[in-house]
Amino acid sequence: MEDIDAIAALQDPVRRRLYEYVAGQGREVGRNEAAEATGVARTLAAHHLDKLAEAGLLESGSRRLTGRSGPGAGRPAKVYTRARAERSISLPARDYRTAAELLAEAAEEAGLDDGLCAAARRRGEALRGPAEPCEDLDAAVELLAARGYEPHIEATGDGADEEASGSVSRVVRMRNCPFHAVAERFPPLVCGMNLALLEGLIGADGAVRARMDARPGECCVIIEASKNNNH
Amino acid sequence: MTSAVPAAHLAELNLAKLRFPLDDPRMESFVELLNPVNGAADGAPGFVWRLVEEGAHDATALRPAGEDVIVTMSVWETPEALWEFTYRSGHLEVMRRRREWFDRHVEAYLVLWWVPAGHIPTVDEGLERLADLRTNGPSPRAFTFASTYTAAEAVDALRADAVPTA
Repeated sequence: MEDIDAIAALQDPVRRRLYEYVAGQGREVGRNEAAEATGVARTLAAHHLDKLAEAGLLESGSRRLTGRSGPGAGRPAKVYTRARAERSISLPARDYRTAAELLAEAAEEAGLDDGLCAAARRRGEALRGPAEPCEDLDAAVELLAARGYEPHIEATGDGADEEASGSVSRVVRMRNCPFHAVAERFPPLVCGMNLALLEGLIGADGAVRARMDARPGECCVIIEASKNNNH
Repeated sequence: MTSAVPAAHLAELNLAKLRFPLDDPRMESFVELLNPVNGAADGAPGFVWRLVEEGAHDATALRPAGEDVIVTMSVWETPEALWEFTYRSGHLEVMRRRREWFDRHVEAYLVLWWVPAGHIPTVDEGLERLADLRTNGPSPRAFTFASTYTAAEAVDALRADAVPTA
């Protein structure tokens, strides 16, 4: 299916809500759950979810949602996740991705990491404008959502001290890398650029800071409370 | 049900030219990351083996490619497993800061190649593959992340090499 047809499939508001819900979960979602979350009837949700899968925007599979297997575990249910493929259209036709890849290749070969990161940090600062550095994680979530990072707050359970003292530490993780295609080809260069951009956007010496904490399938940066303050 | 035993594993050799000796204060931040990152590799999905000097935690004291060049060599179940560790774990932070600690490479510095599952490659073997990559460019014998070949292609290439040309 052409990108333009796939994107056109999102014009229906119910379909769009379902797409955004599934994409926002970052895991497999069943029909019942999607229907309940978006407030539409199950049959209608099923119809639209299948249309989204046909358009290549979602991937569908089947899974026993009870978590059990073997006889008596029930029939597998249909589940959906966001498709990994990217869709974009540009009118008139433009090809910024090839331009980005060529520039990244040249920057990688010439070892221009420092210059690229400096430019990214300046851009992040310019995007923030006269605003103060980000004051807390919720403000960071708002800022990052506006830039397409699909942020969500996650409680981290790796600090034994924190659990003992009763305070759970929270970080912002991001489901989407806006530079995914180029980042996959030139990871250290482009992920470093992304970190610098976010450092500029969040602001230095504030209550929160950006740090690299890469893991599969997500943006490689997290936002967390700065260590040297009492926020 | 029979469990499929992978016939081939992916080996990797990487050279890094030190800007300063490892005991130089300017290398301290790199040295501090060695144990945590190596530990993460040992526990990463698909990890099989990595080169360590006898009695040490890493291979930084081995200098088979020159006094100022440190080597890493490892074996993984799949290219995806190696990619995910290299670029989607704490190792990415080391990569991001690579220019602080290492000279930029003019020639290829990383080589990937297939080995039979269970085979532990020697450093010489790795250096030969790197030389192959540098001389001939990427092939099923020696390749990079940007141009990978499957284990099946490597086997086909071996067979083709073995066929006597009449």
